[in-house]
Amino acid sequence: MAVRGLTKRFGARLALDRITFELYPGEVVAVIGPNGAGKTTLLSILAGVLEPTEGEVTRADGKRFGWVPQEPGLYSKLSVAENLRLFARLERTADPDQTVNAMLNQTGLEDRADEEVGRLSGGNQQRVNIAIGLLCEPPALLLDEPSASLDPRQRERLWEFIGGLAARGTTILFSTHNVAEAERYAGRVLVLGDGELLFSGTPAEFEQAVQPRNQTAGDFETAFVRFLDEHGH
Amino acid sequence: MRWLLVKDLQILKRSPLLVGLLVVYPVVIALMIGFALSSPPGKPKVALYDAVPTGRGHVNIGNQQIDIAHYANQLFESITPIRVSSRAEAIAKVRDGKAQAALIIPADIISQINNLITQGTGNPTVELFLNSRDPLERQFAQQAITARANQVEQGISKQDLQKVLNGGTLNFAGQSVPLLGLKNSRAIVQGTIASLAPDSQLRPALKQVVDFADLAVTGLGFATPVLGSIGSPLTVKQIELAGKTTPTASYAATIAVIVSLMFVGMLLAAAMLALERSEHAYSRLVRGLIKPEGLLSEKVLLAAGAAAAVTLAMSAFVSLFVHLEWVRFPLWVAALVLGGLAFAALGVAIGGVARDVSVASLMAFVVSLPIAFIALVPGDAVSGTLKSILDAVAFVFPFKAALQAAANAFTGSAPGIGWPLVHLAVLTLVFGALARVAMRRFA
Repeated sequence: MAVRGLTKRFGARLALDRITFELYPGEVVAVIGPNGAGKTTLLSILAGVLEPTEGEVTRADGKRFGWVPQEPGLYSKLSVAENLRLFARLERTADPDQTVNAMLNQTGLEDRADEEVGRLSGGNQQRVNIAIGLLCEPPALLLDEPSASLDPRQRERLWEFIGGLAARGTTILFSTHNVAEAERYAGRVLVLGDGELLFSGTPAEFEQAVQPRNQTAGDFETAFVRFLDEHGH
Repeated sequence: MRWLLVKDLQILKRSPLLVGLLVVYPVVIALMIGFALSSPPGKPKVALYDAVPTGRGHVNIGNQQIDIAHYANQLFESITPIRVSSRAEAIAKVRDGKAQAALIIPADIISQINNLITQGTGNPTVELFLNSRDPLERQFAQQAITARANQVEQGISKQDLQKVLNGGTLNFAGQSVPLLGLKNSRAIVQGTIASLAPDSQLRPALKQVVDFADLAVTGLGFATPVLGSIGSPLTVKQIELAGKTTPTASYAATIAVIVSLMFVGMLLAAAMLALERSEHAYSRLVRGLIKPEGLLSEKVLLAAGAAAAVTLAMSAFVSLFVHLEWVRFPLWVAALVLGGLAFAALGVAIGGVARDVSVASLMAFVVSLPIAFIALVPGDAVSGTLKSILDAVAFVFPFKAALQAAANAFTGSAPGIGWPLVHLAVLTLVFGALARVAMRRFA
């Protein structure tokens, strides 16, 4: 996937400013940045929820990306299986029932298939949220703050699951406030500040980019904060 | 869209309390409004033109005089009279909506009554012009006037018979004719019999006269109430000034049905659209799975279908007690479906600006009541400028058009159903477009 000169304006406010980057199969990429940096706007445009003001997104095979919004986009009065079946039908999958069963199996939700989503824990709701994003067997999965509402154990399971997807060739692009999580799970980070793409590279490259001028930098998060300070964000 | 409809029906099925409230509450409110509108609102305003010259408003029956003014005062207990100086002015008051009816008493009403009493000829007639634009007001005015007219009739008939029994003076062919009366006749004949010799040959014949008088007095005594009730010396000639009228009960039922249609259509559409936002599913749906217009259409169809189904069932039930014309059933469906679509479109416009289900429901409820009341304000209850403003407001919302369409569908009342249906279709498109604009805030 290639993103070229992506710009988004909300009235007079510039939310994204000529963002350009590429993604490759099986890559796990984190988008980090302070509040209001444009992370959700970027993912929403890539997901097709928002239209860019300028620029273009090129998909290698033309397939739609999987989309996992920050708030689980689920119907709380429907069961897990009913939610999956609804979106499988809307995605026009060849065999909705088979797809649902496969996704229940993949996300370990078979035992909860008939339970109303509103009664599930936050972690299980997020699993259903991700399962819906994967229904169309997308080449890339976009996750907006996927671990924000999860406890440490649920986070661990989530990243284990996402790692498995990446290992099978699915490209993962996720946004997060948790820079340690980005350092730990992402192969590459995109640093946004006020709509600008300030850095693109591996976490190690990012630390090296900051540390030579700041010898006291002790960890990734400190390096991130100093990087933003240096760039006036 | 089919799968979204199935999904929404599943959600509604699992929300029995919500669905119950959504159906029962509007029906209860609608029935309460219907009952309230069926009750008289007070004295109707009636333009009164009394052409009888001053001092000539008496009818002589026997030796008694009936003062027409006495009965007029009784009439004024039931109406608020607006005295006018001509027949044309009285009619103009009704046409302008300043009076609900006009009562015209012709100048020769006294001679008409006298002719009926003394010669048995003629048919004394007063004219009653009714404003048929509002069937409720029309019936209140009609009831108030005809009830008093019946009292006048009964009063005149009773007094007439009393003169035959007790004696008096009758105007006959322009002459005052003394009437002895049956009781006086019997007393005179009985006195005559008493004065005759016991063996007088006149006694048996006069005794027969006394026996006849006894029978007649007794018979008329029993007959008075009966004759009084069936005698109709006064005819009220009713004239409609506008088109065909809707019977009041049917009109009240129509209002109840349309209020229910409005509540179900608006609340359901607003809530179901807002649900997509509060469940955060909207962004997932519109990224290629369904277009926003498709989502809006689905909500409008769902709400309109539910509202039409509920109100059709309600209409069928109401028709057990109130006259609704089943032969016009296809028009019932057309009126309720198009009305439901317009209300549902208004509902999604409201749901488009609300952030969650509870806010959307509250907004729909708050908006719906003024819309209904504005459409129901009688034209003659407000000044000309305010009336124009209320008419304009009622025009841009679906209630009035839906009410006209349903009233015509149920009873064939004026105006016709074509224009209201077109009006509702246009409002559906306009509110649908507004909802689409409002949905830009969703993403």
